[in-house]
Amino acid sequence: MTSLPIEPVPAPRRSTETRWPSLISTNRSDRVYRTILTAVALGLPVMILIILGVLFTGALPALRRYGPSFAWTSTWDPVAEVYGAAPMIFGTLASSLLALLIAVPLALSVAIFLTEFSPRWLRQPVAFVVELLAAIPSVVYGTWGIFVLIPFLRVHVVPLLKPLLGWTPFFQGVFYGNSLLAGGVILAIMIVPYIAAVSREVLLAVPSSQREAALAMGATRWEAVRSAVLPYGRAGLIGAVILGLGRALGETMAVTMVIGNRHDISVSVLQPAYTMAAAIANEFSEATTGMYLSALFEVGLILFVLTVAVNAIARILIWRVGRGAAVASKAL
Amino acid sequence: MTRHITSRLMTGLVIAFSFLAVLALFLILGNLILKGASSIDWNFFTKSPVPSGQTGGGVANAIVGTALIIGLAALIGVPIGVGAGMYLAEYGSGRLGWIIRFVADVLNGTPSIVVGIVGWTFIVRPTKHFSALAGAVALALLMIPMLARTTEEMVRLVPNSLREAALALGYPRWRTSLKIVARTALGGIVTGCLVGIARIAGETAPLLFTALGNLNLTTNVNQPMQTLSLQIYIYATGPYEDWHRLAWASALVLMGLVLIISLIARWVTRARYGSVR
Repeated sequence: MTSLPIEPVPAPRRSTETRWPSLISTNRSDRVYRTILTAVALGLPVMILIILGVLFTGALPALRRYGPSFAWTSTWDPVAEVYGAAPMIFGTLASSLLALLIAVPLALSVAIFLTEFSPRWLRQPVAFVVELLAAIPSVVYGTWGIFVLIPFLRVHVVPLLKPLLGWTPFFQGVFYGNSLLAGGVILAIMIVPYIAAVSREVLLAVPSSQREAALAMGATRWEAVRSAVLPYGRAGLIGAVILGLGRALGETMAVTMVIGNRHDISVSVLQPAYTMAAAIANEFSEATTGMYLSALFEVGLILFVLTVAVNAIARILIWRVGRGAAVASKAL
Repeated sequence: MTRHITSRLMTGLVIAFSFLAVLALFLILGNLILKGASSIDWNFFTKSPVPSGQTGGGVANAIVGTALIIGLAALIGVPIGVGAGMYLAEYGSGRLGWIIRFVADVLNGTPSIVVGIVGWTFIVRPTKHFSALAGAVALALLMIPMLARTTEEMVRLVPNSLREAALALGYPRWRTSLKIVARTALGGIVTGCLVGIARIAGETAPLLFTALGNLNLTTNVNQPMQTLSLQIYIYATGPYEDWHRLAWASALVLMGLVLIISLIARWVTRARYGSVR
């Protein structure tokens, strides 16, 4: 309960409770209730350990045989039983970073618009639309990517980018459609709502005195945002972006459908690539030999550890400023 | 003066970018309706797929499969998720509560495909065949951390005075928690469950090697089963024009399903909490 200005009355000692049989019996049922809830809640830490255990056990043969070179060699040959996951790891990181590059300005704009500039009547509808964007299933994004986004990129975007940036190594080669670029763009659209929602929470937690002070000093609206609001929520905003990164790293279906699934490293965004999640999605059910399966388990293990680490960092940053870590009620 | 121009420019940029982000939703929904609606008829809902290359057929098997797998997943996931959420709200102020809250948030971002591997390991591998049950377990695991956090948030909205009043009337704590607190937050908890269900309804990745997919209508959860999401994946990546048509139609139906569940969820909270949000 809330802190009182005076010293609270000391709680009755335990020995007095023995005089009230009815109180003891309720205490027992209370204890049972609490134990049951605790046991259920402990399921969550147990779950993370189980996932880790399953992946590690499954990956053990591959870990033993290939060692750390699994992560930086590029051959993936199930027939010769040689496995190196470097192209997938590269593709996962490259597509996610590309997605962040596109999504961060958009998502932060949405958050800033909703908290700072939007007229009151527009806030709810825009927030709702962005929320709906998060509700679209990944496979629907993938379908849209195949039939709408890729043709659009081929006809309108790539012919525009080629003459501008064709000289850089990032835009080399012929664009056939399924590519790192398509994967990055679809991922960007998918993570915008997550980054926007968390950023909005963070910006809402910025006290309005910060804005008022800046405005009172003669700052323009944008200067107030840039010099007072954004710095105040910086840790939380970085957390929101990292959270989006975590989503992008683990996203499977939409990426699998548009990225081209080619086991090769190419820095050109116009070329097909592969991601860890896509590899598991494509190859898991057809993995015939034990070592093939184990290699895929190891890919899963790398992906899981990576996303857990990224998410953990994001949460810690968000909790510092956001309202997510409100103190639990103490009445019970 | 330049400061004011910069301010105007940046405000304009922020509005333009926001517009672009919102535009994406309308582009996707517009395309879904444009390309999917024409293929939806009675057969689409009542027939199973025909062999590849032929025209016609529907996705009845996938609709039944989606409903069954989601129902089963909710049956497993809801009690655990809501229970964990009640714990976090009622007893979660200590160190253990912090850990569990943190783990739930981290698990919320776990790639769903990894959870699929867990479902495969525990059910598909020992039984040596793909099954809807394995898929449902994987989806339930995805649901639990999310439900835990939303339940906690909703229970937190219950004013402490209600608890104190019940305790003062001599209610034991567990009855206060269940009959007063949980009852008051029920609308919010239901909303959380519906949002969780809407999220797993569209999941595909964890089903790829658990529920696998099935061209025939089946209600046996011990067998491979089709879902709308799996069907869309197969149709959209397949070579036939007719499959692409069905992919769009199935995507429209799946999106409609998700939207309806989300809207009901919103409506439930509205009805109970009025203007809390």
